[in-house]
Formats: sequence, C-alpha cells, structure tokens
Amino acid sequence: MVSGKGGTGKTTVAAALALALAEEGKKTLLVEVEGRQGIAQLFETEALPYEERRIAVSRQGGDVYALAIDAEQALLDYLQMFYRLGGAGRALRKIGAIDFATTIAPGVRDVLLTGKACEAVRRRNKDGTAAYDAVVMDAPPTGRIARFLGVNAEVAGLAKVGPIHKQAQAVMRVLQSSWTAVHLVTLLEEMPVQETVDGVAELRAAGLPVGAVIVNMVRPALLGEAALAGAEADKPAIARALSQAGLGGASRGAKAERLVGPLLEQAREHAARLALERTERAEIAALGLPTHELELRAEGVDLAGLYTLAAELRKQWNA
Amino acid sequence: MSTEQSLDQAPRLDVDALLDDPETRIIVCCGSGGVGKTTTAAALGVRAAERGRHAVVLTIDPAKRLAQSLGIASLDNTPRRIKDIDGDGELHAMMLDMKRTFDEIVEAHADRDRARAILENPFYQSLSAGFAGTQEYMAMEKLGQLRARDEWDLIIVDTPPSRSALDFLDAPQRLGSFLDGKFIRMLMAPAKVGGRAGMKFLNVGMSMMTGTLGKLLGAQLLRDVQTFVAAMDTMFGGFRTRADATYKLLQAPGTAFLVVAAPERDALREAAFFVERLAGDGMPLAGLVLNRVHGSGADQLSAERALAAAENLDELGIVDQPGGQAGGRATNDHGGTASPEGAPAERKDLPEQADQSSASAQPYPSAATAPADTVAAALLRLHAERMQLLARERRTRDRFAALHPEVPVAQVAALPGDVHDLAGLRDIAERLASDAAESAGGPAA
Repeated sequence: MVSGKGGTGKTTVAAALALALAEEGKKTLLVEVEGRQGIAQLFETEALPYEERRIAVSRQGGDVYALAIDAEQALLDYLQMFYRLGGAGRALRKIGAIDFATTIAPGVRDVLLTGKACEAVRRRNKDGTAAYDAVVMDAPPTGRIARFLGVNAEVAGLAKVGPIHKQAQAVMRVLQSSWTAVHLVTLLEEMPVQETVDGVAELRAAGLPVGAVIVNMVRPALLGEAALAGAEADKPAIARALSQAGLGGASRGAKAERLVGPLLEQAREHAARLALERTERAEIAALGLPTHELELRAEGVDLAGLYTLAAELRKQWNA
Repeated sequence: MSTEQSLDQAPRLDVDALLDDPETRIIVCCGSGGVGKTTTAAALGVRAAERGRHAVVLTIDPAKRLAQSLGIASLDNTPRRIKDIDGDGELHAMMLDMKRTFDEIVEAHADRDRARAILENPFYQSLSAGFAGTQEYMAMEKLGQLRARDEWDLIIVDTPPSRSALDFLDAPQRLGSFLDGKFIRMLMAPAKVGGRAGMKFLNVGMSMMTGTLGKLLGAQLLRDVQTFVAAMDTMFGGFRTRADATYKLLQAPGTAFLVVAAPERDALREAAFFVERLAGDGMPLAGLVLNRVHGSGADQLSAERALAAAENLDELGIVDQPGGQAGGRATNDHGGTASPEGAPAERKDLPEQADQSSASAQPYPSAATAPADTVAAALLRLHAERMQLLARERRTRDRFAALHPEVPVAQVAALPGDVHDLAGLRDIAERLASDAAESAGGPAA
C-alpha cells in the first residue's frame, strides 16, 4: 500500500515501486482505486479499463500489470462470482441499489476496493503458485488511509453474519498480516510530515503494518549556510566574482553588482528551506521506520524518469 | 518574452473587489489536495473581516495548525470568534464535525423517541462517523445552516479533501436521486423472506431483492438498514429539500467559486476539470487562485546565462588564479556596453573574458568560508534552478490560460515555510489581493 498526502507524488512512487519489483523478476500488479487514471498517464498509455493489463515488461522477466478498480464493477463482479447474479446486478443497478452500495452505504465502497486487491493477492494459478508475486496499491491519501484499510473491521462489526461479514474479516486478516506493508510518501515540508506522523500513529493503533517512509522530491543543497554567511559579509567580493564570470560590472549600480541582492535573497530562501528540511528529517527519523529518499526530477516524471526512480528505490531498498 | 503573452492576457482576479462587494455572500474554495485550499479560505476570511465584513470560515480539513494560526486551540462544529481582527469587521471560524452535524439534524427533525432510535442504530452510527460521501453531504448541510442563520454577511467554505474535487458538487444531487429512488421505497417495504425460486428470475420482485440483500449483508444488517430508513422516513423529505436548496444557493449570483491550485501539472489539470464542471452546472466561477508561484528579483538573468557564468567561475577555480579589481573593471566596461537582454554574442566571448580577468590577482577576504567565486557559482546555480522552476510554472499556467482564457487569475507568491499565525494569513491575503494590481510578469519573491 502506498499512501501520502495529496501532492506528494504517491502515484508516482507506487508506480516506481511496482517497476522496481518487476525488475527483481516479480510479476507485479499495480492497482489504482481513486479513478484518476494516474497510472495510465505515468506509463503513457491509454486510460486503463477495469481489467488487469500488462503495462511494462522488465528485462529480468518481471512484469507490471495494472488495474484501475471501479467500485461498481467490483460489486457486480462480486455478485457474479459468489452468487451468479449477473442479471440481478443489472436490475440492482436499475433501482439504484448499486449506486447506493458504492457511494452511500457506509464503507461498502472501501470494502470492495480493498477486497478486490486482496483477491489478487490471494489468487492462485492452476498449479497452485501465486498469480502475482506482489500487489502494489496506489491507496487513498494519508489522512484517510487508516480508515480506508480499517473499514473491513468496522463492516465486519456492522454485518455480524453473512458473506459480507466473512469477506470483510478475510480482507482484514490479509491487511493485518506480514503480507502487507503501508508505505507513506512525504515531502520535506511541515504539513506532509505532520500528516505522515499522524498517519503512522493511526495505522499502528489500527494494527496495520507500517512499512517505509519515502521522502519524495528531495532537492539538492546547493549552498551551505556557512558559505551564505560569508557571502553576506562580503557582497563586493561576490559582485566581483559575478563580474569575472561575465555578468557585467562590479561597481555600485553596475549590472553584476545589482544581481548580488536578488541572488542572496534566493540563497536566504534556500537556506531557510534547508533549515526547515533538517527539522522535518528529524521528525521522520523519530518515527523509527526505514526511510528512503528520492530526488526531485525537476522536469516532472516521464516514463524514463519512472524507470530511474524505480532503480533508485531498488538500490536503497536492497542496501 | 513570448511565453509571458498568454499569461498577461488572462484577466486578473480582483480579490478585494470580490470581498468588498456586499452582494458576495458565499465564497467556495475548491481544488485538489495539497494546494493550500484551507489556508486560502482562512486568509480570505481574515482579509474580508479586516475590510469590514462579518465573515465565517467553514473549514473541513482538520489541520490543527490552522486553528492555531487563527489564535484558537482548536476548531469545532460551532463558529468561534477570532480575536485580534483589525477594524470593524468580525471573523468566525469553525470546523465541520460530520457526526455532530448529522446528529443535530436528526435531533432537530425527529421527536425524541424517534431521534433516539436513529442515533442508536448501528447503521446510522457508521454512516454518520464519516464514510465516503457523508462529509460532502454534511458540508452542504452546514453551509445551508450557516446561510439560514443569517448572522454573517459572508460565508467562506473550504471543500472536503475528496478523491476528486467534483464529489462535492455531486453530493446533494446524489442524495436527492437516492432518496427519490425505488431503492428506498423497496427498503421501506416490510422485509419479506425471499423465496429461493425467486432468485432464478430476472423480473425483480421485492422479495427477491430483499432476499438478495439479506443474503449479501446478513439479515441483521439489513434489519438495521430498514429500521434506520423507516426511522428517517419523515426526515428524508427535509433532506431532499435542503440538499436541493443548497445546490440552488450555489448557483445563485451571491455565490463565488474560487478554484485553488498550485502551478503544477496535476493540480492545474484538476483545476481545468473543475472550471469546466462549474460551467456545466451553471455555478458562478470568480476565478483561479494560484498558490506557491515562484518569482525572482533577478529574472533578467536567464538560467542558461547563469549556468554558463557558473561554469566560467568553475574554470577560474581550476586555474586557481583568483580575480580582483582589475578583472572586475575589465568586465565592468564590457558589461556597460552590452545589451541588457544578454545576446548570445555576449555569451560566446565569456571564455575570453575569463582569461582576461584571471590575469590580475587579489586574494578574497578571509571572512568567507569559501572563495567568493565558489559561492558566486553556487548562487548562480541556485538562480538557474529558480529560473527553470519559473519557466516550468509559466508553461503550466500558460497551458491553463490557453484552455480557459476567460478565467481571472490571482497569483500568490510562494512562502518559504507554512503559516503559523494571523500575521502569516494576513500576509498571504495581501499577496493574493495585490496580484490584481500588479503588472505583467510573475510576482516578486
């Protein structure tokens, strides 16, 4: 399970993780549950249907399959699979029962989404081997993840008997087992780190296994605070250096000299950010979880970038 | 610069005019997660109040820091007065408590016994505790309540962090169609025991449906649902009426939608969807608030030139011949005659200049922990990174402007850290409002 606050790049990290697993020779299923078609965009393919489809092949013999789970389809599948109610499913939809179940009824939607993923985890080939070696879910954001994954426990309490009860219990067993790990993606910023800390506490309270923290979009430190202080102390020297580099005159009011102020201002912002990042790193470290860092790819992540991120994740994960 | 053209053509969103207009009664802030929606809503509230409005901010996101920045320990389901607001206006703030809101509706619309039956129903307890969808309904319900109280002349709403921002708009209609649907009527019918034979047929009889549901949900849950629906029966009409009324309220001229985004591909893509959806639903869009826009005080120096100059300094370092006054002057003379926009010709003769300047020597002041040219090279690389970021942001903004040239835009310059107090919110609002007055180009950092 890969979760993270909105804007932290959890979909990208989930996709990179799936690719990394495929590079290890594993048959991997990458699952999307929020109907955003983010996976299709990342892999530069057309929108994913509700169907497991191979979207990447690795030289090591692993593959990435992708599935965009649609709650309504999952419910109809479920009715068909367990009750052979294909036709009744259509009728149920007609009177609004499917809509009720997937949008209004408490938790059914989340039960279906997690249930479908667990079905893929437990699925077997004819020869008894696992259909997938790994299932990676691009899960809902950190703020909702504990509730999303914990929904089965709640539903099992609500429906005390019957197939939904059994199904919810079975899903919960998988989610709380060592088969599952919830990885949290964050940025080195206050809000995402706070949400990660809160999320970890909630997951732990719900007995859900927390995996790693993945710090995404880490920007390089280009100028240390000591060097900045030195520059502040001798602005004329900086002006002269800029001038030497061909950026105009160093005397007061000349072109290079006029650059010093704005450039130092940017350096101050940079230094402030580095200081903030130090605080945030310490907070993440205090969680006592394995932590990985992925560098910012300034031009955004395209398919090639995704493979680079996957390689980086693999390297760090195996280190 | 040509890229600036399309951005300049986008009309500027005049936030102060919007806040000052007494006709503006509701402002809805919407957009994808992580773009600063809640902070924008709070900042608008502070500014509106300090410009004389009696405003209330309804936040959905339970960010503790926001409450703290407003100077109160925590926000709850009751509007709390915010202290230290300058001027004659007033600001109240509250945070939506879904369960509390739902409970209050039940208590207000059912007699005591019925209310207790509902509140104790397990199905209701789960429903109201905030499963997918409830938050949206309750946000709409709360908005309707605040409007009906008529204690404030401006309500600013922050929308739920939905998986899709569109859920918020769909909630009332979905509830309405559900309440009108056959499904409810069917649930209201006494549960009959579904005959097994009935399962085989496609003509759906009630007994078969409840039989199926009972099988699926378990008889006890189905009973809970039915009891709940029966108990809620008298209230459903009210739900429906209010949901419809709130939806109409959102379409009314006194409402203004602000789509909030950051200058990033995904956030702006979502913003574009939202703009289209609002237009489709006849909802009045006031404009786009673009948070975290970067600027540079030295944007006359391009990323390419900055990088070339940094490399130039690196070479100087390798030669290990520190430059000085004379070298500085030599380039000074050259710089004085060069065209301000840095023609490629100027770049070409950089190595030559480097050779010239390295001829003269003067040691750097030892106060610096690194040689000035190393620091200067780092400053230039930092600047190049900033300029590349600016270019990327500009491209994404231009793309949005090309798709929706009619949408007024207000840009908010990026802050180094998060907002922690009222002054910080005031600062954000100031940045938001001053963009309207600003001329072409990005805001200064």
